[in-house]
Amino acid sequence: MKIKKCLYVNRRAPYGTSYALEAIDMVLIGSVFDQDISLLFIDDGLFQLKKGQDTADVEIKNHSPAYRAFEMYDVEKIYVSKEAMAARGLKRADLLVDVEQLSDNRIKELMDEHDVIFSF
Amino acid sequence: MSILHTVNKSPFEKNSLESCLRYAKNGSAVLLIEDGIYAALAGTTFENTVATAMSELDFYCLAPDMKARGFSSSSMIDGIKLVDYAGFVDLTVEYEKVQAWL
Amino acid sequence: MSIEVNGKVLETDKEGYLLDLSQWEPAVAETMALADQQELTPEHWEVIRFLREFYAEFAMAPAVRILTRAIGKKFGKEKGNARYLYNLFPYGPGKQACRYAGLPKPSGCM
Repeated sequence: MKIKKCLYVNRRAPYGTSYALEAIDMVLIGSVFDQDISLLFIDDGLFQLKKGQDTADVEIKNHSPAYRAFEMYDVEKIYVSKEAMAARGLKRADLLVDVEQLSDNRIKELMDEHDVIFSF
Repeated sequence: MSILHTVNKSPFEKNSLESCLRYAKNGSAVLLIEDGIYAALAGTTFENTVATAMSELDFYCLAPDMKARGFSSSSMIDGIKLVDYAGFVDLTVEYEKVQAWL
Repeated sequence: MSIEVNGKVLETDKEGYLLDLSQWEPAVAETMALADQQELTPEHWEVIRFLREFYAEFAMAPAVRILTRAIGKKFGKEKGNARYLYNLFPYGPGKQACRYAGLPKPSGCM
């Protein structure tokens, strides 16, 4: 069977909704199967990757350390939108994993290049 | 008759902040909570909007929500005041009404 | 559901995983193992401690294949396989070892 190229598109901020957490679970489960996984963070999804999240005072679990485990799950392709970063005043050094910054024009192509897109 | 407006949605995703600013009267206050705290960050495309509104409105931001999302006072627009949960309660007492922009 | 450890009653979910991870202490693992009639050797503790460290760093329990790979790397090749881990924990490293370690069920464990 052909290995499917799967793109997980994350566009929601963490904590306000459960999308970010659901995406993490789905990526970890998906990594069990022979999928070629890429993650894309656009819009507010970028905020999921912000370093230094500390949820002790809001009584919600901080899931952000999981992104640093993705490499072990062979999930290594993490893309972010350059424009979305700029709009939010974020720099690569603000993020807790190493990412590749792509222009929104390049991201259109990226979406085209994948067999399946999972949206969160 | 002064109102405390709370905004809990990211300005990048919903127009809650914009609506709030359109209807908030001089001298009332805006408290950014939950995903609303992203409006308090310096260097974003909303910095100007907020900075302009600050000439007429008092801006507050809930510290635990800021901290949960990985930001601190050093990432905030100057002049926005951080409050904790007790400070949130004080604000609701200080202002006559609360309007939540969901 | 709950278990009693050192005179304290600790809440668990219906599969026996601790609800409040901060309540864990070694005696929790011992109590759970006793109920399963499972002896805990230093090799078991190696895995239990490793799981706790993994959780502290990544805020989740590892999938079995990630665990086997990492155990092999840390404690020697002969330990880095599923058979070794299933010999230690017959109910499965995810289901049994994570439970003893006070972790939730592993992400990606179906």
